[in-house]
Amino acid sequence: MIEVHVILVLMIIGAIAAIEIEEMLSSVIAMGAVGIGLSLQFLLLRAPDLAITQLVVEILSLIILIKATVGAKMPKEKFRARIGYLIFALLFAAAFLFFSEQALRELPGFGSPLMKMGSEYLTEGLKKTGATNMVSAIILDFRGYDTLGEATVLFTSVIGVLAVLRIVRKRA
Amino acid sequence: MKENGMSLIVKRITRITVSLIFMFGVYILLHGHLTPGGGFAGGVIIALSFIHLVLAFGKETAFKRMDQVGASIAESFGGLMFLGIALLGVFAGKEFFLNVLPKGTPFDLFSSGIIILCNIAIFIKVGAGLFAIFVALAIMRIPVDDPGQEDGR
Repeated sequence: MIEVHVILVLMIIGAIAAIEIEEMLSSVIAMGAVGIGLSLQFLLLRAPDLAITQLVVEILSLIILIKATVGAKMPKEKFRARIGYLIFALLFAAAFLFFSEQALRELPGFGSPLMKMGSEYLTEGLKKTGATNMVSAIILDFRGYDTLGEATVLFTSVIGVLAVLRIVRKRA
Repeated sequence: MKENGMSLIVKRITRITVSLIFMFGVYILLHGHLTPGGGFAGGVIIALSFIHLVLAFGKETAFKRMDQVGASIAESFGGLMFLGIALLGVFAGKEFFLNVLPKGTPFDLFSSGIIILCNIAIFIKVGAGLFAIFVALAIMRIPVDDPGQEDGR
């Protein structure tokens, strides 16, 4: 499990760099490092489906962000405002850590599933669907409704983006 | 037609790599029910191959293969296809989203009933939708910026 923690530390460093760097392009690249680290985490925690999806979506969003932000600079904030943000962030982080520590104590240990549903899928899934990739079997057969909802979300966002940008083109 | 896109080196390499990326996306799609991957990841990879074309050759060349109107039509088609596959169960007289087609033998390419068809529908939908979003967000400019580039659709 040591490599998971190493990558976690690298991801935190990348996130801090993404906030602190002044030039937009370098900031976007640091964010890409965080995304690639997340993809590696999924791979190490044995979720290759998620790792592939995270990797390709990360590349797509990086391309869009680089095209959009190339050459731009972050406006500098005043020092006093930054101290205010820092105090607020520390308070929030303390509250978050306190409540998540309380909540995570109730969860079962890592890799020891208690859920009946999951073991049912694993034993009966291949017989019921004929698919050997159990993730595909769950998202497209047992939980088809969820995938339909996800498809609707993507469809709505595409409609929104195209509608907003079409107005700009008509005005030209 | 004026020269646009990136340099000659990028164009030569793109000519080789684009088809490989496209084939890898189709592989991820068709083996979605056997190995990790599936319609969503395959669709994003296909969208990335078209984005590769747009970035390397400029949009006039790339839009000959797929433009924004085509992407919108393909996205709607994919969504309707997914819904139609879901309704197959209703037409067979059973529940919505029931796997009505024959399952086949495990580990075969054409097995698992409607799952592979659902993967294809999601693949068309995601690929076209993300390509349309990319074109709208990153290529379209407000014409004040760049007067020579607003005519593509």
